[in-house]
Amino acid sequence: MSEAAITLSAVSHHYGDKVALDAVSLEVPAGATVAVIGPDGVGKSTLLGLIAGVRALQTGQVRVQGGDMADAKHRDLVAPRIAYMPQGLGRNLYPTLSVAENIDFFGRLFGQSAAERRQRIDRLLRATGLDPFPDRPAGKLSGGMKQKLSLCCSLIHDPDLLILDEPTTGVDPLSRRQFWSLIDNIRAERPGMTVIVATAYMEEAARFQHLVVVDEGRVLAAGPMQAVLQQAGADNPEQAFANLAAGGGAGAALVMPPRVLHDGPDAIVADGLTRRFGAFTAVDHVSFRIAKGEIFGFLGSNGCGKTTTMKMLTGLLPATEGTASLLGRPIGAADMQTRLRVGYMSQSFSLYEELSVRANLLLHARLYRMDAAAVQARTDEALQTFGLAEVADELPASLPLGIRQRLQLAAACLHKPDVLILDEPTSGVDPAARDLFWRHLADLSRRDGVTIFVSTHFMNEAERCDRISLMHSGRVLAVGTPVELRDAKGGATLEESFITFLEEASPSQPPPAAEPDLPAEPVKSGGKGELAASFGRIWAFARREMTEVLRDRIRLAFALIGPLILLLTFGYGITFDVENLPYAVFDRDQSLESRQLVENLSGSRYFQERAPVRSDLEIERRLRSGELRLVVAIPPSFGRDLLTGHQPELAVYLDGAMPFRAETARGYVQGIAQLYARELLRRSTLATAEASGPIIQPRFRYNQSFRSANAILPGVIMVVMIMIPGMLTAIGVVREREIGSIANLYASPASVPEFLLGKQMPYVVIGFVSLLILVATTVLLFGVMVNGSLAGLLLGGALYIMAATGLGLLVSTFVRTQVAAILVTAIISVVPAINFSGFLYPASTLEGGAALIGRAFPSLWFQTISLGAFAKARDFSALHLEFVMLGLFALGFMTAASLLLRKQEA
Amino acid sequence: MGHIQRWFLTVYYLGVKELSSVLADKVLLAFIIYCFSVSVYTVATGVKTDVAGARVAVVDADGSALSRRIRDALLPPQFKTPELIDRSQVDRVMDEGRYAFVLDLPPRLEADLREGHQPTIQLNIDATAMTMAGLGSAYIQTIINQEVAEALSPDAPNRAPVSVVTRTYFNPNLEGMWFQAVMAVIQYITIMSILLVGAAVIREREHGTIEHLLVMPLGASEIAAAKIWANGLVILVATGLSLQFVVRLWLGVPIEGSIPLFLACVALYLFATMSLGILLATVTRSMPQFSLVGIPVFLVLNMLSGATSPLESMPTVLQWLVQVSPTMHFVQLAQAILYRGAGLAIIWPQLLVLAGLGAGFLAVALPQFRAMLARSQ
Repeated sequence: MSEAAITLSAVSHHYGDKVALDAVSLEVPAGATVAVIGPDGVGKSTLLGLIAGVRALQTGQVRVQGGDMADAKHRDLVAPRIAYMPQGLGRNLYPTLSVAENIDFFGRLFGQSAAERRQRIDRLLRATGLDPFPDRPAGKLSGGMKQKLSLCCSLIHDPDLLILDEPTTGVDPLSRRQFWSLIDNIRAERPGMTVIVATAYMEEAARFQHLVVVDEGRVLAAGPMQAVLQQAGADNPEQAFANLAAGGGAGAALVMPPRVLHDGPDAIVADGLTRRFGAFTAVDHVSFRIAKGEIFGFLGSNGCGKTTTMKMLTGLLPATEGTASLLGRPIGAADMQTRLRVGYMSQSFSLYEELSVRANLLLHARLYRMDAAAVQARTDEALQTFGLAEVADELPASLPLGIRQRLQLAAACLHKPDVLILDEPTSGVDPAARDLFWRHLADLSRRDGVTIFVSTHFMNEAERCDRISLMHSGRVLAVGTPVELRDAKGGATLEESFITFLEEASPSQPPPAAEPDLPAEPVKSGGKGELAASFGRIWAFARREMTEVLRDRIRLAFALIGPLILLLTFGYGITFDVENLPYAVFDRDQSLESRQLVENLSGSRYFQERAPVRSDLEIERRLRSGELRLVVAIPPSFGRDLLTGHQPELAVYLDGAMPFRAETARGYVQGIAQLYARELLRRSTLATAEASGPIIQPRFRYNQSFRSANAILPGVIMVVMIMIPGMLTAIGVVREREIGSIANLYASPASVPEFLLGKQMPYVVIGFVSLLILVATTVLLFGVMVNGSLAGLLLGGALYIMAATGLGLLVSTFVRTQVAAILVTAIISVVPAINFSGFLYPASTLEGGAALIGRAFPSLWFQTISLGAFAKARDFSALHLEFVMLGLFALGFMTAASLLLRKQEA
Repeated sequence: MGHIQRWFLTVYYLGVKELSSVLADKVLLAFIIYCFSVSVYTVATGVKTDVAGARVAVVDADGSALSRRIRDALLPPQFKTPELIDRSQVDRVMDEGRYAFVLDLPPRLEADLREGHQPTIQLNIDATAMTMAGLGSAYIQTIINQEVAEALSPDAPNRAPVSVVTRTYFNPNLEGMWFQAVMAVIQYITIMSILLVGAAVIREREHGTIEHLLVMPLGASEIAAAKIWANGLVILVATGLSLQFVVRLWLGVPIEGSIPLFLACVALYLFATMSLGILLATVTRSMPQFSLVGIPVFLVLNMLSGATSPLESMPTVLQWLVQVSPTMHFVQLAQAILYRGAGLAIIWPQLLVLAGLGAGFLAVALPQFRAMLARSQ
């Protein structure tokens, strides 16, 4: 036999000072199927991540498919042969892309031809029962459907090693059965494929050839199933774990205490509850009554409307039709008293990732209006009850799914509600913890009379409910005790009857068995050149990104219209003309001459006269109040002094709060006063030849009318074109990290530069379209012509947009949150663009650090191009330096981003 | 416990949570500090609104004593020493942007003037540099008039028929830096308040935590108020420190008014802008959308605040529209307090408007909270 598929020797992994894996050694033969079992948080996910190469190795050695996974070259080599599906419901999917598009994207990443992709997608969809909805957006799928789609995406490229991290968590029994038959079929076709799966379902683990038992970062036992079971002296994996684990397992099996009947009205009543989303009816006339203290189970296929029903009961979603009441009061969003008595746990984690476990519970207790004295005690009690004491000070983000679910449950029960609404509370929770959890539910129901409405996919949990309701496609199929429902379809177990119910309800569901009409092996693409393959991957990323943008109409609209709005506002709004300045006169002369001077001032468009000033004190007071910007004080005997050549002194009092405005106003007063005086003297008999000076003819070039628009608009284009494209890409990487789809990059054969280029491309196109719109508006609406080289403007614009999008991506690689990405990009781009790039203030007057920042930022260089092309009639050939600089910026930002973005998780 | 106390207590607890979220994002925090310190300093010292170091070229076709005299009168710091060029070069050098001003002195300039004619001097101005063009050309014209007058009648003691003396209040030397420093601080207050609080709302939605909040015994008003006070506090502290240590001590800008009063007004301004941020967050569906809406809103508020471009000069329609801009009112208020030392008696109308705007934005935003949740389905 050849080398083992996977060999781990002495692998240890730490997160901070927490040990996730402790000197683990393991060998998995090629072609084997391996189940990894163990409670939550013992290092299963870390182990799988290291094998897949998506996590950076710390100590020890991992060899996969005959090479060292610490070696980046080997990782690149084996990446196309490994498929990795991360934990979590559809974390690696793109929610706005349809089912088919999601799979198609992965096919493209692996360089498959169109025909091959179509064939593979068809086959995978049919095998997973997703074929009725190839066009449904992934975000609108239920949890289980997402898992199936996720698997399809992993399987598109015929991997030799399939790594699945809790793939069936939150998946209904029928889908789970289909899921495993799908894997069996694929294995039948590709016997060489090694499959390694972490699972919380012990009965699923029994299907595998090998078993690895993990606890507290150590491998307790590993080897062929029989050998391990023998070693543990157990009949099944569940028992094996219990026997091997240090603590001796969960102890006695849970037996539900009999139902206690409580007096009082029904706790939850739903009558004809209906919810539609557009044309889609998610919940269709659902009715039920749940008695006080009853445990009511909600079962159903994925996407059948369980979650929507629960959301309507909590008041999160308004019902389209029908009524419901909770604790005797109709459900309404505003009823605070009811909310105090209800605990709710949503399917996905909805507590704060940035708060520690303890802080989350404390917050919860306080918001539920607990007494200050009770808060601490209740929190400590909950930490104990739900086994969270050890992780009390850790952040939920660093905890495995199972423990996070436990935290959510602890929060939901914290305020001792009368009604608990729990949406798949135990999905992803290990068996021992699930038992613990149900003991707790039993106590709440039997002892405290708490009504519990719980949805689940675990049949042993369903059997513990007092009554269960089977739901499918928005309708209730059956309601009854577990025994009644099992017997209704004559199945040996509840699970069998349940599957029968579902299959009867949806006869169109195709059998998951092999498809004889399809060739076993799909067409393979011919060998491609490395370069072509690389372009293919870039294109795959770009295409996906473009599809996402085109789906998001609002974003697209704002990307195109936003710049236009800015251009219009600034084009009309920003002006450097000082006009209509409120001013007043303190005229102590009251002569003909003084009145004429005032007329001249008020007659100009610069000043607007207010009530005259009457005293010295008034001058400062009215300037201080902001009523006036300027006061002109005319001294007594102004007229006489002027006419007799005694140079009277005109005093101008200015509000200096805005220096530019004050400076300009002073210039205007001076000009008007001198002009008036000269005119007066020339008309008067005293005029001498000397009094007349030269005529100075100012020629405002490039902007004859000295219109602000002509000078502003080229600059506005510069500002807008750094900001909007930068903003479009800034979210890119960090968002994928927050949502989780970044795992696709980690596990894909694509390199970081390919990923970044693909992400950049669509936004360069959008940015360029936006640039064309801006240029056209500037020319057609504002009448500012492109006097210079249009080609130069467009080339420069394209390079500038590449630099801007590159900058956005660069920011996106080093920030940790989307908020930070937005803020950093906004400020990093706007501040230099407005202040240091020759937009409002000429670049030549910048000093020191500001001048340096200006030159070290693309905006200054594009401003030269933009002004040159619009106002100054500069040729293409005169702009070479600017082109080169912008090109270098684009290259530099992208290189830096590529270096900063790691292809592995820490 | 009374409803009102309950409300405040809830807002307090939620706000503490919010505060720890902000403080947990170290990159963000470092960036906020950078903006309110180094970046304020760079903007304040780097940007010049007055005429400084302008490059001038002269075409001297006269070559007389007078023309030399005019050339020599263009002095630093306003102007760099003028360079002589040929008339044929004028168009090219202006196109290349080498000079902001080109002065064209005609032949027989001095002779014509002495004979009582009025020769024409052409002043070419690169009008694409708007701030410099207007002021600079005014300076140059004054200088020419003065030199001509002095050269033609050296005996007359006073050349100009009127002498204009200026007294400037609140910033006697018209130091651009004083103005830029405070405006830079305001700019950061605006952008951070809108983005921080808006993003915090979207974040709750994207992480699903808002679902949890909405099943708790709290209303939208508590959630919004908590976000406003917590994020606002971060910005308020940053502003206070920035004014005291960066603007006052490092840059040496004398602040005439009361800083506590100003900070109280900042708090009210934050209420207005953050309410706007919440409003923007409720009408958008995701962080990428929010960023594309929020940033242009900030830019418009910032550019049309009256700080860069005087309000009086805008088209009437825009003047009406900017009345709903909290930034415009706040800039007026800030200038009144910080430069003119104005007190409550003078600024109360602006405070009233800010409070009204904030309340108005919230009144539109709050009923959207649940609708927003349904939409994200």
